[in-house]
Amino acid sequence: MREFVPVVIGVLVRRGAGFAAAEDAVQDALVEAIRVWPSNPPADPKAWLITVAWRRFADAARADAARRRREELVEQQPAPGPASTTDDTLHLYFLCAHPSLSPSSAVALTLRAVGGLTTRQIAAAYLVPEATMAQRISRAKRTVSGVRFDRPGDVATVLRVLYLVFNEGYSGDVDLSAEAIRLTRQLAAGYDHPEVSGLLALMLLHHARRASRTGPGGELVPLAAQDRSRWDTRLIAEGVEILQAALARDRLGEFQAQAAIAALHADAPAAAETDWVQILEWYDELAALTDSPIVRLNRAVAVGEADGPRAGLAALAALDDTLPRYTAVAAYLHERAGELDTAARLYAEAAHRALHLAERDHLIRQAARLNAR
Amino acid sequence: MAKYLLLKHYRGAPAAVNDVPMAEWTPAEVEAHVRYMNDFADRLRESGEFVDGQALAPRGEWVRYDGEGRPPVTDGPFAETKDLIAGWMVIDVDGHERAVELAGELSAAPGAGGKPIHEWLELRPFLTEPPTITE
Repeated sequence: MREFVPVVIGVLVRRGAGFAAAEDAVQDALVEAIRVWPSNPPADPKAWLITVAWRRFADAARADAARRRREELVEQQPAPGPASTTDDTLHLYFLCAHPSLSPSSAVALTLRAVGGLTTRQIAAAYLVPEATMAQRISRAKRTVSGVRFDRPGDVATVLRVLYLVFNEGYSGDVDLSAEAIRLTRQLAAGYDHPEVSGLLALMLLHHARRASRTGPGGELVPLAAQDRSRWDTRLIAEGVEILQAALARDRLGEFQAQAAIAALHADAPAAAETDWVQILEWYDELAALTDSPIVRLNRAVAVGEADGPRAGLAALAALDDTLPRYTAVAAYLHERAGELDTAARLYAEAAHRALHLAERDHLIRQAARLNAR
Repeated sequence: MAKYLLLKHYRGAPAAVNDVPMAEWTPAEVEAHVRYMNDFADRLRESGEFVDGQALAPRGEWVRYDGEGRPPVTDGPFAETKDLIAGWMVIDVDGHERAVELAGELSAAPGAGGKPIHEWLELRPFLTEPPTITE
C-alpha cells in the first residue's frame, strides 16, 4: 500500500493542497484503507486512495474557517484527470531533500513521505523515541511548507539523502538499505541522470555482498576474507549493467566512480585477483571529483595494494592523522610491510579510536592476533 | 544522526567557574536552574534531538564477583578517586559540532547569583553499527 503514498501526496499537492496537509490527509486515507479494504477491496487502490485522501483534505480545509483561501482553491479544482504520477513523485523527492533541511530531517521526511513508512518504523530504525521522530518530521514539514513544489532542487541533495538512508543498514524492523534501493530505483525510473544510475549501481553492488560482510556472531569480515560464493551474482550483474550504461554517457560523477571501484571488487573471483591498478585509477578520478580526505585515505589503501605497503605508507603520510580509520589503515599497511610490533600497537590504538562497535571488535582481534604470535 | 551521551558529574570534573554548592543558592536560583534544565530538554524534544535523560542518586556501590558459590563483594563508592555521575542525557544530532554546542548550552545553566555555572560536562559519542559501505 505504501508505494502509493508519494503518488497520492504528489497528486494532492499538484491540485493545490499544502504539503503538510496533503501528508496528513494521505495518512488518514491509509488508516481508512486498512479498515475498509479487507472486506471491500477497491478495483483501483491508487484511485481509491487519491479520492479518499482528497476528500479528507477538503473536509479538513472546509472545517478550518481560517483556511478559507484554501477552500476556494478546492472549489476551483478541475475534476481529476489522468495524473502524471511519475513527475509528482519526483517533485516529492526534491522537496523532501530540500537544502533548507538538516540531513537527519531530510532523511526522516523522505522515508515518511516518499517511502510511506510510519513514524514508528522510522523511529525504530534510527533508535530514537517515536515522539522525537514525530517532532523531527513535523518540523521538517513546516520547513518546506513554503517551498514551491514545482521547482526541483539539486539532484545531488536527493542522492545524498538516499545514500545516508542506505548507509544506515538496519537496526529496527525496517531494512533501510533495501528501502534506499527501492527509492533509488523509483527515482531512476522517473529521472534520467547518470549519477542516479551511479548511486543505484553502487547500492546494488554493496548490497550483493551484504550476507558475507558479517560472521555468525555479527563480527566484521573484511573484504579479502569474505566468502565470495555468498555474493549475490544477480545483483552484481544488474549493478554492473546499470553502471556501464551510465559511464557510457561520459558524465562522470562521484557515485559512478565509487560504483566502478565496487564493481572491480565484485568482479574479482578471489581477493588476490583484484585489479588494484585499475581501482587506483578510479580513486584518482574520485579524488579529483570530490577532494575528500576520506577518499584519499581509501586511495592510500589502494596504493598499498597496487604499489606495495611502503608506497601506501608514503601516500598515508601526506594525510591528516586524525581522520577516522587513519590509524587502522596505518596498522594494516605496517603489517603488510612486515613490521608486526608496530602494526599490533597501531591496531590497538585504532580500536580505541573506532567509532563503530563491530569495527572496534575487529581491530581488537587484529591486535590480539599479532600479539599472540 | 549521531548519538552522544552528556554526562553531568557530582564530582571528579574540574571545578565550575561559578562554583557555589547548590544548597547555598536562594530558592529562586534553584528554581531558575531547574527550569533551565527542563526547558533545555523540552527544546530538544521539539527539535527532534532528544533521546533520553535521567538523574542518578549520588549514592552507589561497587560490586565484584568473589568466586564460585560466594556472594558478590560490595564496597565503595570509592568517591575519593572515582567521579560520580549525577545524571545523563542522550541526544541524537547531525554531528559533533552540534553536540558540543548543546553541551555548552547545558553548561550555561544558571546557578548562584543567576549567573551561568560554567560547569564541565562530559560528552561521549556512542559506538554504533558500522555503515553499510566501509571498504
